[in-house]
Amino acid sequence: MASKNSEVLLDPLFNNNPIALQVLGICSALAVTTKLETALVMSLALTTVVACSNVAVSLIRTRIPPSIRIIVQLTIIASLVIITDQVLKAFVYDIAKQLSVFVGLIITNCIVMGRAEAFAMQNGPGKSFLDGVGNGLGYSVVLILVAFFRELFGSGKLFGIQVLPDAYQTNGLMLLAPSAFFLIGLGIWALRVWKTDQIEEN
Amino acid sequence: MEELLNIFIKSVFIENMALAYFLGMCTFIAVSKKVDTALGLGVAVIFVLGITCPLNNLIYTFLLKEGALSWAGESFAKVDLSFLSFLSFIGSIAAAVQIVEMTLDRYMPSLYAALGVFLPLIAVNCAILGASLFMVERDYNFAESTVFGIGSGVGWALAIVALAALREKMTYSKVPPGLRGLGMTFMVTGLMAFGFMAFGGIQL
Repeated sequence: MASKNSEVLLDPLFNNNPIALQVLGICSALAVTTKLETALVMSLALTTVVACSNVAVSLIRTRIPPSIRIIVQLTIIASLVIITDQVLKAFVYDIAKQLSVFVGLIITNCIVMGRAEAFAMQNGPGKSFLDGVGNGLGYSVVLILVAFFRELFGSGKLFGIQVLPDAYQTNGLMLLAPSAFFLIGLGIWALRVWKTDQIEEN
Repeated sequence: MEELLNIFIKSVFIENMALAYFLGMCTFIAVSKKVDTALGLGVAVIFVLGITCPLNNLIYTFLLKEGALSWAGESFAKVDLSFLSFLSFIGSIAAAVQIVEMTLDRYMPSLYAALGVFLPLIAVNCAILGASLFMVERDYNFAESTVFGIGSGVGWALAIVALAALREKMTYSKVPPGLRGLGMTFMVTGLMAFGFMAFGGIQL
């Protein structure tokens, strides 16, 4: 793969978004997006983990025997997630409590695993790092957009600060599970109207 | 006994893994094009969850929890290894998935071929690890975690089979081009989540 570094970094944002096109890592994208704050922390955590794991996997890629590569990758990822979890618990305890099991679930977030398998196993550490950051950002874009709409319309706040006037009747549905699905569905629709080549064949 | 039944009903309908907690979404969206495959994957997930949840419960209670190592001697009584839980859970899950994979390859090759790449991906299916983490968070004992594991598996399988059936029917409908495929699947899943919210009114 002879793609340029900038492409490796920027492609996952819109052209090859992990959530909207590759169908990876949706689980946590939906669950932590009722508030902008948690979504932001989650995005940061995931971007760190995916960038670091890409570098680590890429560094030892020639030494991993193919038959046990999944276990090796999982071990690397799990160790990184444990570190992230401990850091979050130490510095932003309240948010870590709200994220509950979802920090742990970064381990099974398909973005991390998918990028390790699809990119880091074939490319050098520098490029893998950019790919990791790029995919982490692509994930963050979707997460923050969804969280923005859910918190704005669901509770009339952004980052916990009231922005809509008191007269605004909050839409409780936005805080419930189904609205996240609708928002992502609509987001994908919007993206595909813009980038028509992503439309699926019938 | 009644309590176990409650946990079962709760994990199947009210706190459905896929539709209320968004767990296992990647495979949920990607493998729900055909009912047959969805059913096969659903059964595999029930099986893996039914094994890993109680297994991880044992690991947690006897090895990792604070003071869990007291059976090994006085000096271990205060050891707290719970920060290792992610790592040990994912290890036992990966091993269980490997066993399921080999069994299917040997006895049900057609299902094995149909599931393809998604079988190893069960290892990174968030529903499996999620169930184990919820089990720890809610402090379930051995029997409860077995029931909870199987129940969540059944709930997840139910949701994916229902979605696959809807998507099979949907091939005959006219969907706006930009919404085709993934976008529409999200919409339909959202509507299903609505339906399952109705179970939230059940008092147990």
